[in-house]
Amino acid sequence: MADYKLRRSLLYVPGNMPSMLQNIPLFQCDAVQIDLEDAVPLSEKDAARILVRRYLENYKDRNKEILVRINGLDTKWALDDLKAVLPALPNGIRLPKADSPEIVERLDTLLTEYEEELGLEVGYFRILPSIETAQGVLNAAKTALASERLIGLAFGAEDYTATMEINRTKTGEELFNARMNVLWGAKAAGIQAIDSIFADVNDMESLRKETELIKKLGFTGKCMINPRQIDIIHDVFAPKQEEVDYALEVIEAIKRAREMGTGVISLKGKMIDRPVVVRAARVLNTARAHGMVDVVINEEDINGTE
Amino acid sequence: MALNSLGREIPEIFAGKNQIPYRDPWSLQPHAERSTRAIRRISHNGSKLVGGLREAIIASGLKDGMTISTHHSLRNGDRLLNDLIKEIDALGIRDIKIASSSVHIVHAELIPYIRKGVITGLECGVNGLIGELISKGELDCPVIVRSHGGRARSLITGEVAVDVAFLAAPCCDEYGNFNGYYGPSACGSLGYAQVDAQHAHKVVAVTDNLVPFPAVPVGIPQSVVDFVAQVPSLGDPKKIVSSTTRVTTDPIGLQIAKYAAMVIEASGYVKDGFSFQTGTGGISLSVAEHVRNMMRKGKVKGSFGCGGITGYFVEMLEEGLFEALFDVQCFDLKAVESIGRNQRHQEMTAGTYANPFNCGSVVNRLDCAILSATEVDVNFNVNVNTESMGYLLHNTGGHCDVAAGAKVSIVVAPSIRGRLPIVRDEVTTITTPGETVGVIVTERGIAVNDNLPELKEALIKMRAPVKDIRQLRDEVYAITGIPKPIEFEDKVVGLIEYRDGSIIDVVRQVRP
Repeated sequence: MADYKLRRSLLYVPGNMPSMLQNIPLFQCDAVQIDLEDAVPLSEKDAARILVRRYLENYKDRNKEILVRINGLDTKWALDDLKAVLPALPNGIRLPKADSPEIVERLDTLLTEYEEELGLEVGYFRILPSIETAQGVLNAAKTALASERLIGLAFGAEDYTATMEINRTKTGEELFNARMNVLWGAKAAGIQAIDSIFADVNDMESLRKETELIKKLGFTGKCMINPRQIDIIHDVFAPKQEEVDYALEVIEAIKRAREMGTGVISLKGKMIDRPVVVRAARVLNTARAHGMVDVVINEEDINGTE
Repeated sequence: MALNSLGREIPEIFAGKNQIPYRDPWSLQPHAERSTRAIRRISHNGSKLVGGLREAIIASGLKDGMTISTHHSLRNGDRLLNDLIKEIDALGIRDIKIASSSVHIVHAELIPYIRKGVITGLECGVNGLIGELISKGELDCPVIVRSHGGRARSLITGEVAVDVAFLAAPCCDEYGNFNGYYGPSACGSLGYAQVDAQHAHKVVAVTDNLVPFPAVPVGIPQSVVDFVAQVPSLGDPKKIVSSTTRVTTDPIGLQIAKYAAMVIEASGYVKDGFSFQTGTGGISLSVAEHVRNMMRKGKVKGSFGCGGITGYFVEMLEEGLFEALFDVQCFDLKAVESIGRNQRHQEMTAGTYANPFNCGSVVNRLDCAILSATEVDVNFNVNVNTESMGYLLHNTGGHCDVAAGAKVSIVVAPSIRGRLPIVRDEVTTITTPGETVGVIVTERGIAVNDNLPELKEALIKMRAPVKDIRQLRDEVYAITGIPKPIEFEDKVVGLIEYRDGSIIDVVRQVRP
């Protein structure tokens, strides 16, 4: 099933900072990733876990998708992380160092056990794996197919450049091949592709350039470390008015086609079929988040009724 | 004790004077003529220089029991008031009332002189330690907090009679012409001092920069200045004006600014003729940046920017986004430089700015204004005077004047500071009545006063996070809990005067 959920902006929030956790409901990012991994010093791993659990238990009116970045499955903290936070019902887990499909499969199994224990339907918890090593990049296509729970592949440029023993630049030439591998893996599996953070929170111009680049390549969203970056990312992902107008025409056209009993129709001399409709639906969902249209696109509009 | 219309108990007499309880923002009418002072005839054409501060005090005829004033355009860099009181003490003069336009943190040096009986009353608000000690009952000195407009009113009507005004004069000649534009203590506009120059019984210009006659442009003219005194230094230039004022980088502050900008956009006033006032804090400047972008985008030619002026406003003026700036006080170097050279950057007196008792002050012409708060309550009342411990720590500034004047007054504040709820059932002290507050903007949402239903509707249409003020309060209380109320003694140590002279609230001694 195609996933139309908007994930333009995924904000990291350190799991050991109460003052920052408290502000999670306030920002207009599409998702937050509460971090138990790199942002939390070793001495605070236990405390952060408890804090995040308590926070999530009290955050009842959820207004965005909540992922928790646990420590890597190869660390001694990962299982405790899951045990602490899953009962507080995050939407999913951001899995660091997803170097191979086996790592994702292992998390999948663990999540299933928790779902049974908590009385949740299997598949409740989603996974967003981080592709952030050379090995991870090479395995991206297989990893993307490792679990039904995957919402996408997330590229982690900071760790990737570290494992490659290179420096990350603002123009990002060194990331090009890795990004393409992640994109191919994700697109082939029909899941989203999420780009890495941009680390310099004072350089909005370079953030904009990088976001424009990754959007052009095919990424559907970007991670970030500071709420100040949200507006620029959303601005770049905002559809242009002509794209919105065209998407509305496409949806109208396919509805007419269905009434005529076909799944294909011509619009201004171009063939409109399912892939075109899916793209139009994405544009309109994004446009809706930007307040450009009011229409809600659902599965029926895209696939028709049986 | 009498109850005012907001339910606050007001003493009938304070500091020896009858007090009027506040009723509403509009109805109190003036019954006074203008204040009078003796007309002087100075026939000589020589120098008015009398020497230093001590000679000036003697020449002015200052005696026990009199009232003096200074202006606060040198802000936390001011030395004059501290030096002045030392000299007054040295001359053995006692029982002096201070009616300055503001007393700053730097003036904590006055505390020993309050203890000693040199200073026995404050006819103006205070920032910092003096207020804290008065609130704790450790200093005995009745204080009456006035807004900028209210202070101008009190001098103009003669409710507060200033016997001698000692006015810091950054660029002054020997015959008493002066301005604030040049010299080591340049502060730009002398908007507050203008009122004292016109209404104090004696006027002393105090300068650290005596220039050959005439000191031009003339800000305050020779015709109202009795004496000129020379001092080595009026203050610390670094603290007089900041070299830069900056937009906040705090995500919460930026979010508040963004919502405030939505309010301004939804108000519909951002079109040709738009007028705007904003503060100098990081959030206010961020709002200014949004406004600038809105005006550029809509090719709007605004009417005027107003209030304390920063480089941001200067840039907007120079870009042609405003016809003029009305400047009561310059906040940074860029503003000081601009007012010295640009005719469209107008100096404005505190009376013209905000006095409610005249033929119309500039605040009346404001479309949108950004104001701050230390607390707000569910009735939209705002406190800027006292802080979480109940201590009087801040002066009113132009807060209640601008709120009453502007068509849409927008109060920006974080909903939580530290662990304290800022949106509450009731503010500790009412500085500005809710009736004059249009919108309260926090990072958790926007509360619109019921008296602006069209604005509320427009914001909802824009999908802005409009919330009932009580809903905001509940959200905040859910996080912080409800703080234990501060306990006060019965003793009233200060009054919060509304701009029209009625008493809107009192400051009581805090129980230890």
